[in-house]
This record gives sequence, C-alpha cells and structure tokens, in this order.
Amino acid sequence: MRAQLKAGITEVKVLMSHPMETGRRKNDLEETIPAHFIQLVTASLNGKPVLEAQWGTGVSKNPYLTFFLQNAKVGDKVTVTWHDNRGETASHDIAVTAAG
Amino acid sequence: MGLGGAVCLLPFKVLAAVWNREAFEATTSPEAIKGLQVATEIPSHDIQIIAPDFAENGAVVQVEVKSAIPGTEAIAILVEKNPTPLIANYLISAGTVPHVVTRIKMAETSPVQVIVKSGEQYYTATKMVEVSLSGC
Repeated sequence: MRAQLKAGITEVKVLMSHPMETGRRKNDLEETIPAHFIQLVTASLNGKPVLEAQWGTGVSKNPYLTFFLQNAKVGDKVTVTWHDNRGETASHDIAVTAAG
Repeated sequence: MGLGGAVCLLPFKVLAAVWNREAFEATTSPEAIKGLQVATEIPSHDIQIIAPDFAENGAVVQVEVKSAIPGTEAIAILVEKNPTPLIANYLISAGTVPHVVTRIKMAETSPVQVIVKSGEQYYTATKMVEVSLSGC
C-alpha cells in the first residue's frame, strides 16, 4: 500500500492478497472450488470515509486498486479495509507521503 | 504489500445489508443494470475508459476509469460477456477524485461498460476489449 501526494492529488495504490475464487472453477478432482472473494472495500482518510467499493467475482486474484484523493496532506492517515464473502476482513493503514 | 494484518470474523448479516446481491449475481448485463436501480443510461463522452484493445490474458485486464461528469457519485464496471457481468461498483465521496484503476477478469472478447451515477442521472460509455485467453 502506498499513498503519495503530488501536485495536490494523493494517489493511493493498494494490493490485497486474496484468491478471489468465483465458485465456478474446479480442482484436479473435478470438485467445485467454493466461492471466496472480497465483496466490500472501504477507504477512509483520517477516519472519514472517502471510497466504498463493492466487488463481484470478476475482480482479479490478489486485487489491485488505485484511487485518488483531493484533500489529503502529508502525514494524513489512509485506511483500507476489505470484507469477503466468508466474513473475513483485513485492514491496513498508511501515512500520506510526498512524491519524491 | 498485502493486507494480511488483522484477520477476524465479521457477522455475515452486516455485509449482506451493504453488498448488492441482486446486481452482482445477475447473469446478464440488463439484469445487473436493473439491480443497480438504473432506469436509463445516457451515452457520455465525459467518461474515459483506459483498457487494452487486446488482452492476451483474460485473468488480469487493467481497467482505468475517469469521469469528468460533475457530481460523480458512483462508477460501475460491467463486462457483458462474463458469467456475472457486474465487476465492481465504486461509491465516490466528495473530495475523492472520480478516477479508479482496477484489474478484472474477462471470460472472452466483450465490451467493457462503465455506468456513472450523478444525482438521479446515469451516464455510460463502453470500450471493446479483445481477449485471447479466457480468465474465468
């Protein structure tokens, strides 16, 4: 995860580790692999919601997301949290830095 | 960097209230669009879709969407020929730029459609992406 401020806009890049199984694939034994995918991603800036993503099974494995914030300053905290269809969740936060 | 940190359990019903099951489980684009409560969508040149003309691997196709429509509140991405066409719906708060980059799966060559919500209006644009190896 990275949040870089450049020319007034903060670019937030996030890579999440997740299988994003559709529920339609089969394993070597021809058994269906159960669906396991992120359904919701929320992002906040200093605790205030800025983006909510609802996802289906069509988002690629190990999802990649970039979004852009207008009002962030260096040192502000960006938090990204995901929730999947099995009830698992993970959260990560990072401080905004100036682009080098 | 992954988000491998605090993995815990969340009650299913919390999420069920938020996730638009009707739209995401729809198997055709018109049904998915109906699930998003979109009555009519107006074609717009103010939506830019940056995606490859030709994608070798349908498992990972990068799609970038920029909306120049004032008051953009939501950006939905659909792939008409996928088993479940609705890929993602981004809800944009004020102060967030209506610009997202995402990597998606594509089952076959298909139009990639974007629907932007602004107030009570919906706008749309599409871009054709040719896929050689199915990603579903």
